[in-house]
Amino acid sequence: MGATPYIGASIKRKEDYRFLTGAGNYTDDVALPGQSYACFVRSPHAHAKIKSIKKDKALKAPGVVAIFTGEDLAEAKVGGLPCGWLITDIGGQPMKEPPHPCLAQGKVRHVGDQVAVVIAETAGQARDAAELVKVDYEELPAVVRAGEARKKGAPVVHDIAPDNTCYVWGLGDKAAVDKAFAGAAHVTTLEFINNRLIPNAIEPRAANAAYSRSDESYTLYVSNQNPHVERLLMTAFVLGLPEHKVRVIAPDVGGGFGSKIYLYAEDVTLTWAAKKVNRPIKWTAERSESFLSDAHGRDHVTKAELAMDRDGKFLAMRVTTTANMGAYLSTFASCIPTILYATLLAGQYTTPVIYAEVTAVFTNTAPVDAYRGAGRPEATYVVERLVETAAREMKMNPAEIRRKNFIKTFPYQTPVALLYDTGNYEATLAEALKVADVAGFPGRKAEAARRGKLRGLGYACYIEACGIAPSNVAGALGARAGLFEAAEVRVHPTGKITVFTGSHAHGQGHETTFAQVVADRLGIPLEDVDIVHGDTGKVLFGMGTYGSRSIAVGGAAIVKAVDKIVAKGKKIAAHLMEAAEADIEFKDGAFVVKGTDKKKAFAEVSLAAYVPHNYPLDKLEPGLNENAFYDPANFTFPAGSHICEVEVDPDTGNVRVVNFTAIDDFGKIINPMIVEGQVHGGLTQGIGQALTEGCHYDKDSGQLVTGSYLDYCIPRADDVPNFKVGTKETPCTHNPLGVKGCGEAGAIGAPAAVMNALTDALGMRDIEMPATPQRIWRACQDMKKAA
Amino acid sequence: MTVKVSLTVNGKPASAEVEERTLLVNFIRDNLRLTGTHVGCDTAQCGACTIHMNGRAVKSCNMLAMQAEGADILTIEGVAKPDGTLHPMQEAFRQHHGLQCGFCTPGMVMSAIDLVKNHPNPTEDQIREQLDGNLCRCTGYHNIVKAIKAASQTMGR
Repeated sequence: MGATPYIGASIKRKEDYRFLTGAGNYTDDVALPGQSYACFVRSPHAHAKIKSIKKDKALKAPGVVAIFTGEDLAEAKVGGLPCGWLITDIGGQPMKEPPHPCLAQGKVRHVGDQVAVVIAETAGQARDAAELVKVDYEELPAVVRAGEARKKGAPVVHDIAPDNTCYVWGLGDKAAVDKAFAGAAHVTTLEFINNRLIPNAIEPRAANAAYSRSDESYTLYVSNQNPHVERLLMTAFVLGLPEHKVRVIAPDVGGGFGSKIYLYAEDVTLTWAAKKVNRPIKWTAERSESFLSDAHGRDHVTKAELAMDRDGKFLAMRVTTTANMGAYLSTFASCIPTILYATLLAGQYTTPVIYAEVTAVFTNTAPVDAYRGAGRPEATYVVERLVETAAREMKMNPAEIRRKNFIKTFPYQTPVALLYDTGNYEATLAEALKVADVAGFPGRKAEAARRGKLRGLGYACYIEACGIAPSNVAGALGARAGLFEAAEVRVHPTGKITVFTGSHAHGQGHETTFAQVVADRLGIPLEDVDIVHGDTGKVLFGMGTYGSRSIAVGGAAIVKAVDKIVAKGKKIAAHLMEAAEADIEFKDGAFVVKGTDKKKAFAEVSLAAYVPHNYPLDKLEPGLNENAFYDPANFTFPAGSHICEVEVDPDTGNVRVVNFTAIDDFGKIINPMIVEGQVHGGLTQGIGQALTEGCHYDKDSGQLVTGSYLDYCIPRADDVPNFKVGTKETPCTHNPLGVKGCGEAGAIGAPAAVMNALTDALGMRDIEMPATPQRIWRACQDMKKAA
Repeated sequence: MTVKVSLTVNGKPASAEVEERTLLVNFIRDNLRLTGTHVGCDTAQCGACTIHMNGRAVKSCNMLAMQAEGADILTIEGVAKPDGTLHPMQEAFRQHHGLQCGFCTPGMVMSAIDLVKNHPNPTEDQIREQLDGNLCRCTGYHNIVKAIKAASQTMGR
C-alpha cells in the first residue's frame, strides 16, 4: 500500500545499531541504586527429603542481607507456580497438578531444585554465603527416564501421583483406527526416543526486582518472552499482589526459544523478597544453573505405526507416546505433548483416521516445557520418519509416496481436530527437489563412495500450527489464558508514531518488521515509526511471543489499530476539506477527496487532531490514538519441504550435513532477510537435535551429566552448512496480512530430514538421536560384523 | 583483599579498586559500566565476553582483572568511530543480518575482527573453523559467515 513498498523488502534492522555497538540493554545490564545480589542454594540430589536447613553460619558471613527458605515463603502464604493448561484425561479426570513451590517445601525433586535464597551486598558474597547454608538431606531413590516412571516400584515423585502419572490422554477414533489397521496391506512401525534438549539461549535467565515504599509498587526486570503473562500469573496466582502495583519489564532479551515464556521460581522469590529487604535484588543465572533449572524440551518415548494399502496410500496412523514432564508442571508443560503434538499428526497427508495416546509422567528431572517448535517437531518426527521408512519398505520413491498422500484441496478438516485453511504442498516439494538437485544425487553418492564415504538423502515435509486460537476454543481445550494479542498505535501531533505491542522480540526483529507493516499501511517513512514492547508499564496488555505467533496475531492487532487510525483520520480530513466522509480515501500517506486534487497529508490530519481549532468537536474526540485486540479465527498453518544430504565417514563415524534445502510456505512475507535468518537458526537447532544435542541424566543418581558446553554440544559454526532456503506463498486466509509465522519451522523439519538422510546413508532402519560420531561409528562396526 | 587495577580501555585510562578474585569481564561490566561485553557461560566456551587485549582477542571471563594490569583493552563500545560510523565488520554484520538477539554479537564481532587480522582473505571453511570459540544460538552462523567474508574484503581498504 502506498508509495513506500516496505512489505516484502529486506529492510536492514532498526535494532542492529545498538546491538553492534554494545548499547543493548539486557537484564543483567540493569543496575538499580542500592541493589543487592541473590544466590540460590540448589539441591545437589535428584530426590531427597530435607531434614533441616541451618542458616546461622551463613547469616554471619560478610555482606549477607537475608536468607529465605521454603518455610519463610509458606509462612508468608506465597503460593506455588501454576500450570496454564488443564488437560483432561481419557477417563474424564483432570490431570494431576502437584504443588510447585518456589523454594522447596520438605523435599527436593530434581538436581538444581531451589532450596534457599541468599541475599548479600555483592554477588561474590552471596555465593560465598550460599556455600555456608547447611542443608541436611535424606537421599531417596530417583527416576529420570520417561519409560521407567510408571514401572512397578519406581520411586514416587509426588504423593498425589503414586504411579508418577500426570495424565493419560487420547485423541482420535481408536476403534476406526484399529479396524483400518486390521485390513491394511502393509504396516510400518517405528519405536524411538525424541531426545531431551536444553534450550540454551546465550543470555542466561536474569532478574532484578525492586520495591518502592513511596507508592507500594514493585518493578521486576526479567529476561522473559511475555511480561504481561508473567505479571498476571505472579500477582493473581502466586503472590496475591494487586496486578496494577507490579510492573514487569523484559528489556532486550538474549534469545528465548521457549525457555523464557515461563514464570520461574526465581522471579517470584526475588519480587517477594525485594519488599522484605526493602532493596532491589539482582540475580543472573550462571550457565550451569541454566542447564539445571531452565525448562527443558522434548523427551518423548514413542511407538508409531502407519497402515497403508498395497499402493502406499495411507489408511491409518496409531501413535503411543510417553512424555516426560520432569519434576513439576512448568507453565505450559501439559499442552505441549497433547494439544501441540497429537493434533499435528496428520502432517501434510490425507490419512483418514488417526489415534494418539499420550501418557505424561513425572520424573526427578528439570521441568519440561515448550522449546522451539514445542510438540510440532515431535509430531513431524513421528510422521516423517514413518513416511520415509514406509517408502523404503514399499520400495517407493520418497517424494512419490508423499505426493500420493498429499492434501490437495482446502480447507481440509484433519481427523485430529485441526482445520487447515490453505496450503500447496506439491509446490514446496517440487521446488525443494529442484533446489536440492535431487536428480544429481546418485552421481554425488557414487563420487562419495569412491572416496570411501557414505551419502544419504532425507526428506521432511512438515506442517506447523501457529498462533493458537481462537481463545474460546483453546479455553474449551483447557487453556487457562486468552490467546489474542493487543496493540496500541499512538500518533503524535507531528505524525510520528509509537506502536506499543504485546508481542515481545528477543531476536526476531519486530522493531523492523512491525514498523514496515505500519509505515506501508500509512504511507509514511519507516523512520517515523517506533515499536515499543516488553514493559507492562507502557504496553496496554500482551500475551507475548511463543509458537511463531507474533506477526500472525501481534501483527494483525497492529493492523487493526492502524485501520482505526485511518478511519478516524478520514472523519477529520472530511471536516478539514469540507467533503463527505464517504468521499475521502487514504492513499500514499494522504487523505484525498476522490476525483479531486484536494488532499491532506497524514501529518496535517494528526496535527489537527491535537490542535483541534478547526475540528468537529461536537462529533469527534480530539487526539489520534487507537487500541486493538485481535483474537484469530483459527491457527495458521505454515508448511514446507526440507531435504537434507549427509556424508558419513564410516571409519570415524563423523557425519557432515553437506546440503540442506528448506522451501517453506509462510504465507505473505514482510521481510525476507529476517525470515531467512529465522529459518537458518531453526534449522541449526534442528540439526543440533539430530546430531549433537542430547540432555542426559544419570539413570541411577539422577545427576545431570550434560551440564556444561563441554558435555552438551550446541552446534558451532563448523557443524552446519550453508543453507539453501526459499519460500512459496499461499497467503493465510483469515488474518489481514495473510501471514503464517516462521520462527519454528526450521527446528520442526530438520530433525526428521537429517535422520532420514542419515539412515539412508547407513542403510539402517533407525539410529538414536543425537546421532553422535560415537553412535554412528558403533552402528558402522555392527553392520560390518553382521556382514 | 582488594587490589588496584589500572589499564587503558578504549583509549582512555581506567582504574578501580577491586576484590582480587574479580574477573576482567566483571571489572569491565560492573566497575566501568561498559555492558556491551557479555557473560554467556562463565567457562570460556561461548565467547560472548570476547574483547581485545593488547591487540589480540581474549575471553575476558577467563582471566582476572589484575592480570590485565597496564594492558590496552578494546571493548565493543570502542570499535565504531567516535562519530558513530560503524567499523566495516559491524557494518557487514548489519548488511548481512549476522545478528538476531544481539547477545553473542559483541563477542562475535571482536573475534571476527581478530580473525580477519590473522587471515586477511579467509575461506568459508577457515571462518567456520576459527569461529569455534563463539556460540550463537539464533543465526545458524550462515549470515555471520557471510558477514565476515564480506568484511574481509572491506576492512583496511
